Amino acid sequence: MNKFIVEKGLVLPLDRANVDTDFIIPKQFLKSIKRTGFGVNLFDEHRYLDKGLPDTDNSHRPINPDFVLNQPRYKGAKVLLAKDNFGCGSSREHAPWALEDYGFRAILAPSYADIFFNNCFKNGLLPIVLDKAIISGLFTEVEANEGYELEVDLEQQTILKPDGSKIEFSVDAFRKNCLLNGLDDIGLTLEESETIRRFEENWRNSAPWYFTTTSATTI
Amino acid sequence: MSSKTLYDKIWETHLVSEKEDGTALIYIDRHLIHEVTSPQAFEGLRLAGRKPWRADANFATPDHNIPTTTDERKLGLEGIKDPVSKIQVRTLDDNCAEFRIFELKMTDDRQGIVHVVGPEQGATLPGMAIVCGDSHTSTHGALGALAHGIGTSEVEHVLATQCLMQKKAKNMLVRVDGQLNTGCTAKDIVLAIIGKIGTAGGTGFTIEFGGEAIQALSVEGRMTVCNMAIEAGARAGLIAVDEKTLDYIKGRPFAPSGELWEQATQSWRGLVSDADAAFDEVVVLKAEEIEPQVTWGTSPEMVAPITGNVPDPALELDPTKRGNILQALEYMGLKGGTAIKDIRLDCIFIGSCTNSRIEDLRAAAEVVKGKKVASSIEVAMVVPGSGLVKRQAEAEGLDKIFIEAGLEWREPGCSMCLAMNADQLGEGKHCASTSNRNFEGRQGFGGRTHLVSPAMAAAAAIAGHFVDVRELG
Repeated sequence: MNKFIVEKGLVLPLDRANVDTDFIIPKQFLKSIKRTGFGVNLFDEHRYLDKGLPDTDNSHRPINPDFVLNQPRYKGAKVLLAKDNFGCGSSREHAPWALEDYGFRAILAPSYADIFFNNCFKNGLLPIVLDKAIISGLFTEVEANEGYELEVDLEQQTILKPDGSKIEFSVDAFRKNCLLNGLDDIGLTLEESETIRRFEENWRNSAPWYFTTTSATTI
Repeated sequence: MSSKTLYDKIWETHLVSEKEDGTALIYIDRHLIHEVTSPQAFEGLRLAGRKPWRADANFATPDHNIPTTTDERKLGLEGIKDPVSKIQVRTLDDNCAEFRIFELKMTDDRQGIVHVVGPEQGATLPGMAIVCGDSHTSTHGALGALAHGIGTSEVEHVLATQCLMQKKAKNMLVRVDGQLNTGCTAKDIVLAIIGKIGTAGGTGFTIEFGGEAIQALSVEGRMTVCNMAIEAGARAGLIAVDEKTLDYIKGRPFAPSGELWEQATQSWRGLVSDADAAFDEVVVLKAEEIEPQVTWGTSPEMVAPITGNVPDPALELDPTKRGNILQALEYMGLKGGTAIKDIRLDCIFIGSCTNSRIEDLRAAAEVVKGKKVASSIEVAMVVPGSGLVKRQAEAEGLDKIFIEAGLEWREPGCSMCLAMNADQLGEGKHCASTSNRNFEGRQGFGGRTHLVSPAMAAAAAIAGHFVDVRELG
């Protein structure tokens, strides 16, 4: 996983509540068996005027000029400014994969859907929760100032604004440590293999009915 | 000993370890797998040289991509016309063979939507911790299991470690008191709940559904309710175990039998919240006030009773909400104030992990029996949730009722719920759908979804527009 220490970049405002993961990456792109290459289809149904298909060249598709992602001033954005309940709906990890592949490294929103929030951390993408009033203020500032950038410092848990002021944010200690060091969850959990084995043995003794199942059926 | 909720009890029995900040490892008893969210996880295992921790805890079946027409299905894998879909289904077969994971392949009679097949096979048991790379895993909570959707990184994590890393959620009780009116169903209950608490109302919570109206539901109806817990923002929905739960499970292929069944049921009877257990939040609905529900917008919370109207944005004072309504109405091609009954339909979809079980099909068949689908309906299809549901329906003659009425009778799969296969809603078309999401483009590019119960979808098929199923003779 990519480390996240400090990331500075252009902010893109997506002024829409309840953005679902179908909106972030439509279902037809979920047919891929790879983890990469989803960025070009991020927000596909809003970004392009036609219907996108997997495994096709997107470079000649008609662009929706009204969609924020297509506005030249936001080209190369790394910070996504969003509204309430961002990432609701399907559990598809293709959503954070698409955001990360496009180039986003951090998301700022008042709230997220649980599964999406969790998925982001597994992919070096930092979802930050901020008060509604702060988010609303940022929307105003971003839209008023072309080239508006923010610097997100995970170690310090601060966001540096262009005027030099800072916004503090909170993050789980464990997730922070994983992101700062680019740690792999599975590797960390396997360090506890002995504990898991002991638990499993006890559980097998106290609830054996959960352990008899597939053995009775021909594989 | 302090009182516990059902969620507290299952959490505690599965807690392997816990860090100071509350990050915990939870032991997973059952991991359900389908073709869309698993290939990258298996690839990750291979790249790291890892093996599944406990292969026999896994259970796989393809469902999202597979065709539902009998002609295509006859040919098995080769019948999948879309080459990208075919690769994904074949990849699941290959991965399950390589890692010795039980799979009901697309040619197996028992194949179907993973959330229909799991309980049907007895692979879902009370008190289990269950995960699947699919948000509608919440369905399995209807049997008193702690079940929720995970992402692909977590699929890999569960395969490799048999554990899930997470923090404990808060407890919410949604109590539905009283008795449901005739013509109203589990689907109407859960849509009414989402309409009340919103699509983020359950975020951070595990929702236990209780009360007289929930207890009165069949196990299949309870699955419909728990299925849509995620549409209220909750990763997991739960319903207490009772005799109906045990009757449902008994004798299913993966369920314990003999002495082990006796021991298990003794334990499972305790899977209820203690009478004085404290919930962080309690929401109460009166079943008598719930009418058949229809969504009019692009989020499941945008819902109205059949007797109601599409909201008029001019009457909404909150500018954010007004904006959301305007955005939804524009996409849906609807005018504010329109009576729900005046919404005309082009397509009918009866299926999905929400409503494709035998009771759903019976309810729909009862409405269309002896009638004809309106000539203005372009596509009307019934997609059973599994091969066994299909066989049962055919044994009862339901297939003939549907076909005679003018509905298509398909092979099992996710189908037009998310339209990853060829079953796609046309641009600008209105669909009465028994599925779970009415997001933009969900059922097809530019498609307009209205979520309803099976009986309401069937009634709409006959009338060509929404009608109150309670008024049918």
